[in-house]
Amino acid sequence: MYNWDFDILWGYRWLFLNGTLMTIAITAAVIVLGLLLGLFAGLMQLSRNPVLRWISWAYIEIFRCTPLLVQLLWFYYALPVLTGVELSAMTAAVMTLSLYGGSFYAEVIRGGVIAVDPGQSEAGLALGMTPAKVMKRIVLPQAIKQMIPPLMNQSIIQFKNTSLVSVLAVPDLLYQGQVITMDTFRPLEVYTVIAVIYFVVLVPLTAIVKRSEKTLQRSH
Amino acid sequence: MTGTITPDNTKIEITNLKKQFGSNVVLRDINVKVDAGSVVALIGPSGSGKSTLLRCMNLLVIPNGGRIRIGHDTFVFDDGSKMPKAKAQAHFRSNTGMVFQHFNLFPHKTVLQNVMEGPLVVKRTPKAKAEQLARTLLGKVGLDDKADSYPDRLSGGQKQRVAIARALAMEPEVMLFDEATSALDPELVAEVLGVMRDLASEGMTMIIVTHEMAFAREVADKVIFLRDGVIVEEGPARDVIDTPKEEATRAFLSHFHTRNND
Repeated sequence: MYNWDFDILWGYRWLFLNGTLMTIAITAAVIVLGLLLGLFAGLMQLSRNPVLRWISWAYIEIFRCTPLLVQLLWFYYALPVLTGVELSAMTAAVMTLSLYGGSFYAEVIRGGVIAVDPGQSEAGLALGMTPAKVMKRIVLPQAIKQMIPPLMNQSIIQFKNTSLVSVLAVPDLLYQGQVITMDTFRPLEVYTVIAVIYFVVLVPLTAIVKRSEKTLQRSH
Repeated sequence: MTGTITPDNTKIEITNLKKQFGSNVVLRDINVKVDAGSVVALIGPSGSGKSTLLRCMNLLVIPNGGRIRIGHDTFVFDDGSKMPKAKAQAHFRSNTGMVFQHFNLFPHKTVLQNVMEGPLVVKRTPKAKAEQLARTLLGKVGLDDKADSYPDRLSGGQKQRVAIARALAMEPEVMLFDEATSALDPELVAEVLGVMRDLASEGMTMIIVTHEMAFAREVADKVIFLRDGVIVEEGPARDVIDTPKEEATRAFLSHFHTRNND
């Protein structure tokens, strides 16, 4: 029977905290950047211009249909060789995760927009609004209602995806865990604590998603 | 777009209008003139092109050929030429009010905000002035007490009256009604027709796509009967509805009560 010993990890509490904060910071950054990318790509998908549609299609499919881990390694190791531009591990990590998340957000945003009754756009246009104004004032505010639950779900997945950046030696929670493991030779305790930290952060978030779904259904 | 001077009393002039969706020709060579202040009813079986014709008048459908003049604005369409610019389209539309079969009120805005939206966003009317205008119009359609409600709290008839107020808020030269009462429960039709009747008597130029033959007979100055994208018969409302000249018109009208109690 394995002899659990969590006491030894107390000495590393600040490292765990650092890692957790780094994971949260990376998640926040990739959610914001990903949403911006997703909004652009999603709206480009709906454009009348076939070139814009093709560009966003290529972007979305490339990032949806290749593994995130491969993307991270490619941007960190392959892109500098091709372009001669060195990326720091942090830049490569945030860029890749944002692009990856953006491709999924784009599909959610596109879906939310087309779910809005076309009569809404017609009513806006009939008043004399330009298509851009109709999108901003009439369609998007209604589409967001449909979009928020899946966007939040995707963001929760992004939170967990950040653990992959440890392969680029970005000091996130998992990376710090690996450091602590090498120091203590206590992988079972370390990875258990890490799993618990991810869980403890995400459970309240999923509860908020559930509640927001309900309030959104009732709101205007 | 080219500006033209209104030559006479015609508010709307449609010349050689054509529309096809793929190989399906919906409108063939339509010519319509509408005098300022008059009411024209477009009638015909479904698929006759009457809704498409109405939608061409505010460019929700872009014709493949012909000319449309409303007031001082003219658009000339010909196949292969570029679509009119979005800004020019928007400007053209702002001069026509459109009322839809399914209301299409903005569900995320209150009744008052729905009516204020056009003036605020398109005309950049100051908020206080837009609100004053909206309240006046809501009073006119008998819904001043619903200003702060959301559309989902209203009956169909109330929704359609708000939609009419919303269209009127742009102070358009022309009002277009696309089967405005077709989605309503029978007991709610009268309140909407009442508002439309008031508008007509105030001298608003109106084009009405409708199946309410008795209403068309009573309120419209002119009735146009369309079938298969062609104007089969047109003339003074009572003449066309009471004594149609064409067999097709007669056959179509035989499906309707064309009179109320007169």
